[in-house]
Amino acid sequence: MFSKGTKRKFSDGDEEISAESLVGARVASSYSLQRQSLLDMSLIKLQLCHMLVEPNLCRSVLIANTVRQIQEEMTHDGSWHMVTEAFCNPGQSPSERLVATEVLCRSREQDAEPKLFSVISYEGCREEEVVADETLCSVSVSDTVSDVCLAGRMGQCWEKSELSGVERDEEALEDSSLGSGEDEEIDTEDEASTKSPKTTGQVFGTFEIKNGSPGPDSALEELFSDVDTSYYDLDTMLTGMQSAPKMGPYDLLDSLAPSHSSPTIVSTPKCRSDLNELDHIMEIIVGS
Amino acid sequence: TEADVISTVEFNQTGDLLATGDKGGRVVIFQRETESKGESEELGESGEYNVYSTFQSHEPDFDYLKSLEIEEKINKIRWLPQQNAARFLLSTNDKTIKLWKVSERDKRPEGYNLKDEEGRIKDISTVTSLRVPVLKPTDLMVEVRPRRIFANGHTYHVNSISVNSDGETYLSADDLRVNMWHLDITDRSFNIVDIKPANMEDLTEVITAAEFHPQHCHLFVYSSSKGTLRLCDMRDSALCDKHSKIFEEPEDPGNRSFFSEIISSVSDVKFSHSGRYLLTRDYLTVKVWDLNMEKGPVGTYQVHEYLRSKLCSLYENDCIFDKFECVWNSTDSVIMTGAYNSFFRMFDRETGRGVTLEAWRESSKPRAVLRTRRIYTGGRRRRGDVGVDSLDFTKKILHMAWHPA
Repeated sequence: MFSKGTKRKFSDGDEEISAESLVGARVASSYSLQRQSLLDMSLIKLQLCHMLVEPNLCRSVLIANTVRQIQEEMTHDGSWHMVTEAFCNPGQSPSERLVATEVLCRSREQDAEPKLFSVISYEGCREEEVVADETLCSVSVSDTVSDVCLAGRMGQCWEKSELSGVERDEEALEDSSLGSGEDEEIDTEDEASTKSPKTTGQVFGTFEIKNGSPGPDSALEELFSDVDTSYYDLDTMLTGMQSAPKMGPYDLLDSLAPSHSSPTIVSTPKCRSDLNELDHIMEIIVGS
Repeated sequence: TEADVISTVEFNQTGDLLATGDKGGRVVIFQRETESKGESEELGESGEYNVYSTFQSHEPDFDYLKSLEIEEKINKIRWLPQQNAARFLLSTNDKTIKLWKVSERDKRPEGYNLKDEEGRIKDISTVTSLRVPVLKPTDLMVEVRPRRIFANGHTYHVNSISVNSDGETYLSADDLRVNMWHLDITDRSFNIVDIKPANMEDLTEVITAAEFHPQHCHLFVYSSSKGTLRLCDMRDSALCDKHSKIFEEPEDPGNRSFFSEIISSVSDVKFSHSGRYLLTRDYLTVKVWDLNMEKGPVGTYQVHEYLRSKLCSLYENDCIFDKFECVWNSTDSVIMTGAYNSFFRMFDRETGRGVTLEAWRESSKPRAVLRTRRIYTGGRRRRGDVGVDSLDFTKKILHMAWHPA
């Protein structure tokens, strides 16, 4: 079983607790420990599905559903809220937070490890550092970012199998936008805050915003729809990046298993400008 | 070796041939031995099968666009109903389905005018007379030739193929789509089911198996990872995304856990020979469904309920994702499915009783009766009972076929 980061902690404090409530607390904490380790295990399973052969989609879907289930439960009984509360604005409602948020917040403490967006962007590195920015953990931002991240992750896993020259439908657009993302990102970042969410959707590729109709550059995306972005995947793999971009919520892994995290490979100055850019984008999203 | 691991088995309609596919992309066909007794030849009761033919069906491939390997492992084999002396079978790996013609040759022409016995062209000047070549019997030769290759029909991994009762079409199903092909047409197929969501992030359910109805050529069923079965009628519309009937058992709230969905995922679905019932396999049970009753199965049989308390470990070692197959016997009175430790289970539909048998290599005598085994789950322990913790989870019986007799 994976036990990283889940140290048993006895509920110290009130010495006058009755035996019953102690037992109850133990049962509850052992349940949540089990649940946590199940979550860890699932995330690692998702991460490990990158290989030379395409991962089994059925297995991946089932594991992802299990993770979602755990997340929902943790959100409902407040464990999620407690974790994120320490770092983020307590005004936030817990249900809005997803896996990614927790990582976002935790990542502040760790050393600017590339996280979150490592999946969303096949180019990898650039956007990853962005996460480390404190401002991302602020109320307004964390929501949508977490939506993005979780959704983005999930999308990537399925999308890998979708990249086929034969198909040129909508789904391919999402992937292709990543390939073409580099160009578009620069554009979006330079522009004023009058960005529409749709364009930023292109930046993040598989953006989960519900009004996800193709943006004005969909024609451009069509052109790139057969770009083989899987090459970028290999690229990130070879550069030792945490390449589990296949699956959604594996970003949690970063906080759970530091050994899995990929080293920061982008220099700080570049990181800074990226952070500003992402800041910008986040404001826009939240603003709308 | 790994490549020899059998990945599918299938009898033909008469049961005299048994085809097996393995991870190395090979198909081995076995033929039932016939004994001649006395003067007349009788169909041998020995039940022995010998190798009839071996051929390489699929080769490892590479998808250059996605930079991914395509495994040559044979996922399914299905025989076509026999129409003439030759036999046909469909074999598929993750992406490509192939139609093979298996024919026998036991005669060869001899006495060519222009070629000699070795096939070399004769010197014309040595030919002094003409003769008609005659067919002479030779040793039996089995020829297997690819007749059709149905490629580029699937983006995802093909998990099922099923030949239609019309004898002209067949379906192939992958994780998200079901296609219908005509056996003579390889450059296009009809997509009849597509459950791919517009946004892949919304994907929560995949297709796990599909099969045509044995008599009605317009009906087929497909199962999902959420434990539902959908019966579709191709007369309703061109795209059968909307099912005619959906078979689903409501979840038992008492048994709810994080693994509930995973163990409810249907790994195999089979119509009964009568066409009236469906047999499904999920992780812990096999269920029989009546096509006329959608709200729940008419019978549920516990395959290895003792594993329910071990689901977490089975999730950890991935065994919970094992896909077991299930089969009916020819009269639909007995159902069978595999389990771990080389055990498999048979259930009598009438009595509801189940028996555990062991697929024991040592008993290689033909027609040897397999021994029944028991798993010790409490109470009085008998000699020979196997404890749950000593089960070998690497020895799993996933694939099975029942002889049509």
